[in-house]
Amino acid sequence: MALSILQYQFMQNAILAGLLGGITCSVVGVFVVTMHLSFIGVCIAHAAFAGALLGLWLGFNPLIGALLFSLASAAVIGPVADRGELNPDTSIGIVFSLMLGLAFLFMGLMPGARTEALNLLWGSILTVTRHNIIFLATMAGVIVALVVAFYKEIQAVICHRQVALAVGIPATLIFYGLLFSTGVTVTASLQSIGGLLIYSLILNPAAAAYQLTYSLKKMLLMAAAFGVASCWAGLAASYLLDIPSGAAIVITSAIIFGLATAFSPKRKVKGWRQVPLAG
Amino acid sequence: MDNTVIRIQDAVVSYREDVALQGVSLQIRKGEFVGIIGPNGAGKTTLLTVINGLGKLVHGQVWVLGSRLNGTNGNSLRKRIGYVAQVENIDPRLPISVREMVMVGCYGRLGLFHRPTRADWEIVDKVLEMVGMAHLSQRPIGHLSGGEYQRAAIARALVQQPEIFLLDEPTASIDQKAQHEILSLIQLIHREYHMTTLFVTHDLRTLPPICQRLILMKEGKVWRQGSPESMLREEVLSQLYEAPISVPNGIAPLQT
Repeated sequence: MALSILQYQFMQNAILAGLLGGITCSVVGVFVVTMHLSFIGVCIAHAAFAGALLGLWLGFNPLIGALLFSLASAAVIGPVADRGELNPDTSIGIVFSLMLGLAFLFMGLMPGARTEALNLLWGSILTVTRHNIIFLATMAGVIVALVVAFYKEIQAVICHRQVALAVGIPATLIFYGLLFSTGVTVTASLQSIGGLLIYSLILNPAAAAYQLTYSLKKMLLMAAAFGVASCWAGLAASYLLDIPSGAAIVITSAIIFGLATAFSPKRKVKGWRQVPLAG
Repeated sequence: MDNTVIRIQDAVVSYREDVALQGVSLQIRKGEFVGIIGPNGAGKTTLLTVINGLGKLVHGQVWVLGSRLNGTNGNSLRKRIGYVAQVENIDPRLPISVREMVMVGCYGRLGLFHRPTRADWEIVDKVLEMVGMAHLSQRPIGHLSGGEYQRAAIARALVQQPEIFLLDEPTASIDQKAQHEILSLIQLIHREYHMTTLFVTHDLRTLPPICQRLILMKEGKVWRQGSPESMLREEVLSQLYEAPISVPNGIAPLQT
């Protein structure tokens, strides 16, 4: 019977990882989507992957490497994009390609079998350990707590960053905090979802929720629900169809996005306008 | 008694190779309504950013509301300065309503970790009523017209309860009817609250008649300043804009 799989520790860990990773990635994804930072997020995800590979190559904890690289890339990209010395697309593209180059370099220099490196690339939610779960739960708790604590400031920055600055909100600090949160989230989810696939789980559930609501709070809740649903449905598909779990999760999240776009009330903007809303 | 609320002394601002402000010195008195005009690139917007602490001085000093801007006190001073910029394109899908956007004006004053109270929301609703936007309070901000967006932006600045009001081309990129409505609103607000107001425009037709003083800027400098009567003359304006300019009849005819 299919449900009997749930009694195994590895599946319980996978379900927990899906819950925690799904919530954290999607919540961070809401900020990435609403602030149009998609390319920055992709870049940070690849930096985390390169950092983890450096850790594997040099023999230190890959998560520390991932965290350092993702935070460093956020610290470089943010100011470069802000100052406008280079076109943001150009500067982010350069950092992105550098990170990808470094990742392949570290992988090439690594001696012996590269199973662990490939696991970081594709992810392996079915092999996450209790230790991974604790790390993921801590990060999820920190991210959700920060969002609750700074909700109004984050909302102001999403609304208009320059206006947020002009009314006396530390908007630059909040903006960099969001970039760093993306880095931390990618790091925490790297082993379960994988460096190549993690970004889809950040982007797709949030982008799906973006199609469905004009309320930021509802968008956060919907995105978290879609993220968790993607993880759990992907896990089920992986078990039932014997396909790689990370790929199943990402494809599920893309299907949810496709459905949300197809049924989006925001595609009927004129129809919406004809019904004046009460004050 | 000295009632100067803004004092700028020999301010120089530079963006890479371009010098946006070249040794500007200026004083603005409490409650004054000052128009700042000049061609594009004259340094008008930069002058406003110097006042709210967002522009970085290469040289010179700025005092605002009794404090010298020193790079660390900008945030606290900005809580007391309302700022309205020109209309920008907003993503129509953005999940922020007009009411939420206007509440952003309160956030700086509330400070970190403090949520808006019912009284704050009541202020927002009252101000939305005042600017004629109460019926659109739940509308996503990306669905507003240019004129509606500017009304919401003015409402946001008002809920800040500012002591200084900076308006940077608030009527740019909106149609004439909306321009007149916005100008009427700005004058109504000044009559009601007597806030020190700086109004930047490159378009003389959108200069509110309530202006008490005009500052003419050119190439990053205060080129001339004086009463509107003495500044709004064809020979002065033609020199300022380096093109033949006729003074518009009855500048910014207003709806009452």
